Amino acid sequence: MALKGNLRDFSITQLLNLINLAHKTGLLRIRGPKSEAAAYFRQGKLAYAALSDQPNDLASLLYREKKLTAGQYRAIRAHHQRLSDTALGLLLVNAGYFTQGEILAVVQSAYVDVIKRLFTWVDGHFEFHSNAPFPKGRIPTRVSLENLIIEGSRQMREWELLQNEIPDLDMALKFADRPDVNLKHLNLSVEEWRVVSYINPKNTIRQIARATKMNDLEIRRIVYGLLQAGLVELVRPANKSMPKPIHTALEGKTKEDQRSLVNRLIARIRGL
Amino acid sequence: MQTVKIVVTGPFSAGKTAFIQTVSEIDVVETERKITNESEKIKETTTVAMDFGRITIDEDLVLYLFGTPGQRRFDFMWEILSEGMLGFIVLVDSTRPETFREARRILETFRAYAPTPYVVAANKQDLPEAWEPEDMRIALRLSPRVKLLPCVATDKESVKKVLLELLYSILEEINHD
Repeated sequence: MALKGNLRDFSITQLLNLINLAHKTGLLRIRGPKSEAAAYFRQGKLAYAALSDQPNDLASLLYREKKLTAGQYRAIRAHHQRLSDTALGLLLVNAGYFTQGEILAVVQSAYVDVIKRLFTWVDGHFEFHSNAPFPKGRIPTRVSLENLIIEGSRQMREWELLQNEIPDLDMALKFADRPDVNLKHLNLSVEEWRVVSYINPKNTIRQIARATKMNDLEIRRIVYGLLQAGLVELVRPANKSMPKPIHTALEGKTKEDQRSLVNRLIARIRGL
Repeated sequence: MQTVKIVVTGPFSAGKTAFIQTVSEIDVVETERKITNESEKIKETTTVAMDFGRITIDEDLVLYLFGTPGQRRFDFMWEILSEGMLGFIVLVDSTRPETFREARRILETFRAYAPTPYVVAANKQDLPEAWEPEDMRIALRLSPRVKLLPCVATDKESVKKVLLELLYSILEEINHD
């Protein structure tokens, strides 16, 4: 069955967490706004990753890591362009240029860098193909995702900070009582002006986000800035009341009566 | 005549109306309106007050199934609908991961209202786009203790299974108390 969606709704950290916890094997493809990513996982471990906007063949990775000189790189491109990564890796190891460990370290580092870059993507359609074969000719690695997820989470600290500062998007905003500040004299961005135009104790932040077509992160960023500048205050929406505990149907009945009632329901539903 | 109720909740377009319709012995009292919000226009109509189905249990007991409105602007109705419920079912569209966060919010809100048992039903499992229930468990951050049931809201046996699992949970809770 399909495992697909958008990073707007299901972040890359959540996605990697799912792949890790479910020990998934397959190919993850993400179409980002500027490039596409492909990552292969075996039993929940990273085996391969590449981005469409950068060369990801072994020779290019070695050159990027300064393990090859420009001349060596050109020579490989000229004479061994048709070799797969695995074949080129074997050739370089057998020729004594590198050890197997050195090749694997470069490849692993490149794959990990791809995943780290994905942590900056907040938008992009993803699809996980469970039965896809491992990309032909590529060198497989076996990188645990836990550390990557932790590192990715660190990069998302800004998001967490914003969530802590503005945990509830169902709160509303009102202008702070500061007669000394004239909004017209402030240097606000177009996005900030759009948000400001909707500020009203009747409008929740979520409603403002919807009206201005901003995602949760974008609206939190702007509201945080306005809050820090002392221009607005968070208020409970005029029409929102605190939930009060409700009573359940079984309250006040004896255990026997409760059991009898539920058993009657079960018997009837079974017979439907 | 004694009446009891089970609430069927979940995000917009999760299949709540279909779920109730499938097992109700009366035509569901629908309160649907044409959708005017472009962003929510993945179906023509939506529930704006509540759906209301009935199953007669015996001569002096009736079970009502109440479906909550899916759109957020009707959240204020949840508290009213929750009053006196036996338990609740959170229906989630398995093909729309963009609604999973909303499903979590609904679940947490209902749990705050009442400490009643609940189950989560992964609806539209018959569609090729559907996420695996166990993937959804991770995505919805449900603990292994929470029952997450594959479901097809238009299939009677599937709906019966979800209702029965909720009732078994209610029975377990009575026995444990």
